[in-house]
Amino acid sequence: MARLEVRKTPKLFSGGEFVRSESGRTYQVDGWNVPRSSRKDLRDAVRSARAALPGWSSRTAYNRGQVLYRVAEMLEGRRTEFARLIGRGGTREVAAAIDTWVWYAGLADKLVQLGGTVNPVAGPYFDFSIPEPTGVVGVVAPERPSLLGLVRSLAAVLCAGNTAVVLVSEGDPLPGLCLGEVLATGDLPPGVVALLSGFRRELLPHLGAHMDVNAIDASGCDDQELAALEAAAAASIKRVVRLDGDPSPYRALAFTELKTVWHPVGR
Amino acid sequence: MAIAARGRAQLTHGFDYVPAPESTDHVRIPERHDLFIGGEFVASRSNRRFVTLNPATEEPLSEVAEADQEDVERAVAAATAAFASWGALKPERRARYLFRLARLIQERSRELAVLETMDGGKPIKESRDVDLPLAAAHFFYHAGWADKLEWAFPNRRPRPLGVAGQVIPWNFPLLMLAWKVAPALACGNTVVLKPAETTPLTALRFAEICLQAELPPGVVNIVTGGPETGAALVASPGLAKVAFTGSTEVGRQIQRRLAGTGRRLTLELGGKAANIVFEDAALDQAVEGIVNGIYFNQGHVCCAGSRLLVQESIADVLLEKLKRRLGTLRLGDPLDKNTDVGAINSRAQLDKIQGLVRSGIEEGAELYQPPCPLPERGYWFPPTLFTGVASSHRIAREEIFGPVLAVLTFRTPAEAVEKANNTPYGLSAGIWTEKGSRILWMAERLRAGVVWANTYNRFDPASPFGGYKESGFGREGGLQGLLPYLELV
Repeated sequence: MARLEVRKTPKLFSGGEFVRSESGRTYQVDGWNVPRSSRKDLRDAVRSARAALPGWSSRTAYNRGQVLYRVAEMLEGRRTEFARLIGRGGTREVAAAIDTWVWYAGLADKLVQLGGTVNPVAGPYFDFSIPEPTGVVGVVAPERPSLLGLVRSLAAVLCAGNTAVVLVSEGDPLPGLCLGEVLATGDLPPGVVALLSGFRRELLPHLGAHMDVNAIDASGCDDQELAALEAAAAASIKRVVRLDGDPSPYRALAFTELKTVWHPVGR
Repeated sequence: MAIAARGRAQLTHGFDYVPAPESTDHVRIPERHDLFIGGEFVASRSNRRFVTLNPATEEPLSEVAEADQEDVERAVAAATAAFASWGALKPERRARYLFRLARLIQERSRELAVLETMDGGKPIKESRDVDLPLAAAHFFYHAGWADKLEWAFPNRRPRPLGVAGQVIPWNFPLLMLAWKVAPALACGNTVVLKPAETTPLTALRFAEICLQAELPPGVVNIVTGGPETGAALVASPGLAKVAFTGSTEVGRQIQRRLAGTGRRLTLELGGKAANIVFEDAALDQAVEGIVNGIYFNQGHVCCAGSRLLVQESIADVLLEKLKRRLGTLRLGDPLDKNTDVGAINSRAQLDKIQGLVRSGIEEGAELYQPPCPLPERGYWFPPTLFTGVASSHRIAREEIFGPVLAVLTFRTPAEAVEKANNTPYGLSAGIWTEKGSRILWMAERLRAGVVWANTYNRFDPASPFGGYKESGFGREGGLQGLLPYLELV
């Protein structure tokens, strides 16, 4: 007799835990009951991300790089499962996602040198500028590629030392949600990343208007969603960025703030 | 106490000074100023004008054209036409023009400094020694970037954006113009600039300088007016980029207005900086830094050190020194070379300062002002500090943009960080301590775009400036300050 498969309950990943939506709501995707996150889930995720920020952002860049590399290792070990979840083209997509984690793992301790400067001011001062993490970043992952698109955004955001609240693909949420299992075993401290599934039209306005979110990677937004996000973001002067393309330091630097420090030189 | 000849304050603690006014005879101010569009001075279509006056005397200086939406669109059209050739010009040639502008500003710096002081009320020693040299340096610095952009951003080809609409404040009129115009032009963009309503004159003098430099018509356009003109400019569909320096409230409106337009935006907004003094600081130097931090330019500085955080153990001795120093500040005629504190920029700003100071008294903080006679005419406010301030008081939370210092105390470095960061703003901060490791520890934790350690209010074209959080985004100055005016392909 054929073995009866043990099915996985799709869950959100928030505050380092795998949870259902506090609302108890789900929506169906290919027969799976996927959590339909509420505004409260979003707020809880932001609170955890804020709490995790001081620890994550003050890790040494070397250590952050190692954690990102560990994430790549964990994903490598589960290639088959993710490829199956993604379906068509899944094998190639997972490989590209792993490569992206490795690429940003190696960038973490170069970013300050690429984005920072010592500034030759006209006076007896030592003056330097360094990029620092912007803070809590909302990530709106593209619908497809549901895993690679998410990883392209998330790895850059984390590499720069931010914490993230991610809205995973609405139509293909499982690869994004299951990434939580990779992150949890990849030494990423609890709260650094939240992965939320649900209805984008329901969650985007709250993400845009949340006063404790510092920036949004809107790479998964269409023009209309972007316009609405940008309008809501003005309430707290959020940075809203939509990027595409290959991994690059410019992408990670888009989620940094430049700090300039002056000190006199004297005897 | 009797008020001395206007512009000359009596002093209780310091020396008495004889008047040393800078002469104004070499600055001719026309009765009327027009808009600068497409390389020509043209009347506004409506023929509406507004008066700009000298805030130290309340005497009118000139009538200035008020641009309406049609005028703004005309300027944007001129800038668009000019972009076709300016954006494609050989970078070395763009650099040449910017070098010329820098030199012309240097050559005419006395005229510009006097005009700046007359129109805005800032002490001549500041416009002469800070605003003008920095404005010229800004053009010189960016001139050199114009033909080196390819070296600034590895693996990318930098491209200009198009027409930049730029709205600047009244606190450093010509310097803010330089911060906006120099990087925009160096990167190959053309600009439409709106100077502040109360301080349009040096920008219009800069328009003359553009003509003198034979800058191609339309590369720089200047539209004068009030908030309506500014609103028309930032909403213009012909722009590729908007750059704004001013209040967080207006910045918010602009960000909302630009949502979904795809136009690039940088905002340099308000601040409520903490200037933090530890018990081991060199106190006399710290006092000078505190004074420079909040009374420089009458406190009309977005990065002003408006919250003084003093370690509890030295609060009494520091305050005594600070109060003594306040008594030696010379308030009066901004054109007098000895003046430390000039006129408040406008009646509206004076009202705002007075309102917030009243709130400080009503909320229970203790006011201190040195004996300081104010001239009879003009807009003035004495150097002021509040002790017994709670973090919840309006004077500790809101940007006053005047010579008003809120003093709070702390016990540990961690508490100083907590209090300093307890604001939606994040533009700047100051640290005073002789301990190097503490400076770096503090600098790491302060959520502010500029951190001055054992100094304050230093600026340089090579040094990126701009805010965290609700103080805005984007940088001005330095390599990173080019980015807001470029597309990286």
